[in-house]
Amino acid sequence: MNLLMLLATTRRVLDQLRHDHRSIALILVVPALLLTAVYFLYENETLPPGVPRTFDRVGLMMLAIFPFVVMFLVTSITMLRERTSGTLERLLTTPIHKADLLFGYGLAFSIMAALQSLVATAVAYWIFGLDIQGSPGLVVMIAVINAVLGVALGLLCSAFARTEFQAVQFMPVVVVPQILLCGLFVARERMNEALEAVSNVLPLTFSVDALQEIAANTEPTDQLWMDAGVIVAIVLAVLVLASLTLRRRTA
Amino acid sequence: MSHSEATAPAVTEASIAVAATALHVTRGKVPVLRGLDFAIQAGEITGLLGPSGSGKTTLMRAIMGVQALTSGSVQVLGLPAGHPDLRHRVGYVTQSPSVYPDLTVEANVRYFGAMHRKGRAEAAEAIAAVGLEPQARQKTGDLSGGQLSRVSLACALVARPSLLVLDEPTVGLDPVLRADLWDRFRSMAESGTTLLVSSHVMEEASHCGSLLLLREGKLLAQLTPAELSRRGHSADLEKAFLHIIQDTAEVPSGSPERTVRS
Repeated sequence: MNLLMLLATTRRVLDQLRHDHRSIALILVVPALLLTAVYFLYENETLPPGVPRTFDRVGLMMLAIFPFVVMFLVTSITMLRERTSGTLERLLTTPIHKADLLFGYGLAFSIMAALQSLVATAVAYWIFGLDIQGSPGLVVMIAVINAVLGVALGLLCSAFARTEFQAVQFMPVVVVPQILLCGLFVARERMNEALEAVSNVLPLTFSVDALQEIAANTEPTDQLWMDAGVIVAIVLAVLVLASLTLRRRTA
Repeated sequence: MSHSEATAPAVTEASIAVAATALHVTRGKVPVLRGLDFAIQAGEITGLLGPSGSGKTTLMRAIMGVQALTSGSVQVLGLPAGHPDLRHRVGYVTQSPSVYPDLTVEANVRYFGAMHRKGRAEAAEAIAAVGLEPQARQKTGDLSGGQLSRVSLACALVARPSLLVLDEPTVGLDPVLRADLWDRFRSMAESGTTLLVSSHVMEEASHCGSLLLLREGKLLAQLTPAELSRRGHSADLEKAFLHIIQDTAEVPSGSPERTVRS
């Protein structure tokens, strides 16, 4: 690992993004707009007294799912371009360590994800009065960890795609099942055994569980830290797998 | 006698930048390189010449250590090709420009420079060397094809490598610029850099100190441009190459006799 090369990579990736105003706008604005849609979807629901609004549950989960989806897409396409344009092979003939490259990417997109979730969380809290027990800082933290998860999975999946068209097709395979089974649509304990077993090992499940911990408790719980720890461990494992797909020498 | 035997090989070894021994590379099921043996002198421009499809790029990739070898070996600056210590000392410019189109010229060169701990000054120098100072702050993707390949070259020059491997660096450049680049390569060689430059244009051979003639994955000859025109019986290097190909075709390797069929 070499911090100089890692930071040079982060800077380069952000610099590339900086020239792409439309992508920046999409990354920052779209989650807030979708959150608005979710808010108005449940605007007229009638609830018995004491039951929290659906928006407080669904809107909160959306805050973690957006950065995951967006960063997965952005990363898999960017990395695929790097593979097909020859810049990756060129980089790997230089002294850069694979970890510098991957963590450089991870850091750059985490910064974008942090900005994204700051905007989305601010909108959820200040405009739509998101009402949860825990601190918004923890929500942003989980959102950023999720973004890094998206980055790691995107880096890995880009190895199995030859074209950008194929890369996009990985989204339904990798992302959608996690969203379906994370507990957003059906509480996990009400799933059949097979689905629950799958759900138990999907990374996004741990994020949603962590967010529910934040929603229910004013202080961070042990369960929250354990969930966060599991996601971080998964991220590291996926990054190691991704680094194995970066070959300095090919047949 | 024994003294000279002991020292002579050491001296030659130090002056050899690249050495290939019985190098075979098969990609998929196609044999691309079929038993190459050669040595490239340090501090010289070696031209790698041959028609397209003759294996030039695969050979360059093998020297860079990014191509898996089927058998044989390649030694670069005294180490096996692809050795981690070589990454600081060897620069590679691929045939299609491998740079980031959405970055400025300067940002591209500075990024690749950062991998070798080079900063703003070295980047500016590399950009000046390829004559792109006026475009330094332009987005690379907006440049012409020839300018793009010069950005790619600058990204290698910035590292100041001891061995520079260039895959068809002068394709699509106007004659003035091509002459400038060859001057640049010559002055780099004079200051000790070893250059391996591929081309399918034989007229470029005259700029090289030594030539490797490649055809269908085999080494036809290793010689100087002067030897090429003498052995090929023509001052026109293109014709000389053609003659050598015809001569070799008439003498199948392994049999010293001429097959007098045609």
